[in-house]
Amino acid sequence: MDVLEKLTILTDAAKYDAACTSSGGNRTAKKGMIGNTSSSVAGCCHSFSADGRCVTLLKVLMTNRCIYDCKYCVNRRSNDTPRAAFTPEELADLTIGFYRRNYIEGLFLSSGVFRSPDDTTGLMIRTLRLLREKYRFNGYIHAKAIPGTAPELVEQLGLLADRLSVNIELPSETGLRTLAPDKTKEAILAPMRQIRTRNLQSKEELVKYRHAPRFAPAGQSTQLIVGATPDSDFHILRLTQALYRQYRLKRVFYSAYVPVVEHALLPAKTVKPPLLREHRLYQADWLLRFYGFRAEELLDEQHPDFDIRLDPKCSWAVAHPEFFPVEVNTADYEALLRVPGIGMTSARRILAARRTGSLRPEQLPRLGVVMKRAQYFLTASGKLPEGLRFTQDSLLRRLITVENSVPDFQQLSLFDAMA
Amino acid sequence: MNEMIYLYDGSFQGFLCCVFDSYVYKEVPTAICCDEDSVPALFDTRGIVTDRNHAERVYRKLVKCSPYAASLLRKCFLTCLPQRELRMYHLIVKLLEQGSGFLRDPSDETLYPVLRAVRHLEGEVHLLKGFVRFSQLGDVLGGEIRPKNRVLPLLRHHFCARYVGDRFFLYDRTHREVLLYASGQACIRPLDDFQMAQPDAAEARYRLLWKRFYDTIAIRERYNPRCRQTQMPKRYWSTMTEFQGATYFTPQSSCAAVPDPGAPAGIPAPETLSGSGPFAPESIL
Repeated sequence: MDVLEKLTILTDAAKYDAACTSSGGNRTAKKGMIGNTSSSVAGCCHSFSADGRCVTLLKVLMTNRCIYDCKYCVNRRSNDTPRAAFTPEELADLTIGFYRRNYIEGLFLSSGVFRSPDDTTGLMIRTLRLLREKYRFNGYIHAKAIPGTAPELVEQLGLLADRLSVNIELPSETGLRTLAPDKTKEAILAPMRQIRTRNLQSKEELVKYRHAPRFAPAGQSTQLIVGATPDSDFHILRLTQALYRQYRLKRVFYSAYVPVVEHALLPAKTVKPPLLREHRLYQADWLLRFYGFRAEELLDEQHPDFDIRLDPKCSWAVAHPEFFPVEVNTADYEALLRVPGIGMTSARRILAARRTGSLRPEQLPRLGVVMKRAQYFLTASGKLPEGLRFTQDSLLRRLITVENSVPDFQQLSLFDAMA
Repeated sequence: MNEMIYLYDGSFQGFLCCVFDSYVYKEVPTAICCDEDSVPALFDTRGIVTDRNHAERVYRKLVKCSPYAASLLRKCFLTCLPQRELRMYHLIVKLLEQGSGFLRDPSDETLYPVLRAVRHLEGEVHLLKGFVRFSQLGDVLGGEIRPKNRVLPLLRHHFCARYVGDRFFLYDRTHREVLLYASGQACIRPLDDFQMAQPDAAEARYRLLWKRFYDTIAIRERYNPRCRQTQMPKRYWSTMTEFQGATYFTPQSSCAAVPDPGAPAGIPAPETLSGSGPFAPESIL
């Protein structure tokens, strides 16, 4: 089978993985090596696919042959689909060829479980070693740690890659038992713990010795599938929070479940992927990481799911009228961040700008504040923006209209009425 | 007050000399234009001679007032902001008269347009770090872009670090400039026209592999062209491998049939005709 055909099969099999970032890497250019990954803090997107997702890394599987039979997965043993496997040489060559042409920022290597987790990881290690040692590749590498792999192999993988990830996929243990009978919670968490411990260790060593080996310097991430099991948003968000706190994850990715197989335990194939729910979870994820929110503030047992009509920050604001309005001239950074329509950048700009004089409402848009949301929640020099009248009830309605920028009423036409 | 239009040579130093001369003649220019695109006007014009010493004196003063403002002005000079020279001039005057305090307020009337233009420039630079496509032509890497702003000076550091042991060039078709890099040395030179050579077999093969990867990676059930266009505006597509027509994937010497670039089961990317982009005025003439 030629490389073009393999690439098609193994890309098709890898595309349901959401993670695709090159952030957190810090490899400055070195003489005699190819590449750098320190272009910016935010990572570098090389393209956007037809579904609007960013393409940063060459995202492929080592092989899609798999001994497991997870019900939700396209690559499960019982699925009738063409199978292929890259040789380490082919994949390393492809990565370098793409990297040199500026198509990609690096490699995202995952795999089906071929023969055993150890064998598969061994193949991945050979590929990465080829890239790092023979080609002297200095770009970004994200590798999957497969649950059940021996700790020594995870160790080797971590020394070659920038970021490791272990996919939890199903956010609850019952989900795992029914849909992925070959995986256990313990097998997933064991490598995550190992990666966390080694990552911290390696950081300590680097303080003492400048040339200490770096273990997964860009940290670890994971992915949760949304919509394949009946877990609530509250459950998923609390799990996320625990992962950030206890396992020091850099990112948790959410992947709306795309029904690819017909199975009694899964949503029917005609069900659309819950994209808006996924979007709301990402918004809440940002609130957890950058805005100082806790999962328990956003949702609770009585309201276990996000309001689909409104983003989580607006929902919180509408439910907490006692917190508002916030006076932009005196409020601290944390309070500013709670205002819908003010983000980290605009909050920082407000802090800087108000040192030169007190701010007036008409200055705020120029500081990057999104007034169509923020106007209901702030005052500037004690004043609301001019001509603004609203009640608690109309507030919710107006925010929902802002959210759906295409209003759902129809334009009336004179001529239709006459005909 | 007399209306006066300043004409300068289009360089940053030349612009600084305009500032210098406006203080010498004690006048405020109505407009500052580049020699080349000046048109006969009703107002008087004054040709400004570029004097390195004058330029350096102005620049040293700027750095002394605020290093931040100096770097902002240097970047703003690369933007496509209409009347950028005049807006920069007013910023400098304000800086010299009032000191650097107002620079902390991004909503300041003089500063805001300059800041916005610089943000636009930096946004374009960030996107282009990803969207530039290189081709292997012999032992040189070559690429082409059509940006709105003059991004090459800001892209230089990134790509020189990325291809530290290589040789490459990057052609800016909008501003007719080329960034050249070989054996640790980089420079930017004007270049009026340039045609990319046909790919050899290996190059055509990698282009094809990339196109296939791109068309396969999208998930059909999540198809969302509007989101793609928001993240990656169409004006960048004309120089990107994944949006080229079939001829782009045919190697130079062979007319043999190549496999269809699109993926059989994927979502083929729409083709954009190269040269028909909105920023290639020479192809319209």
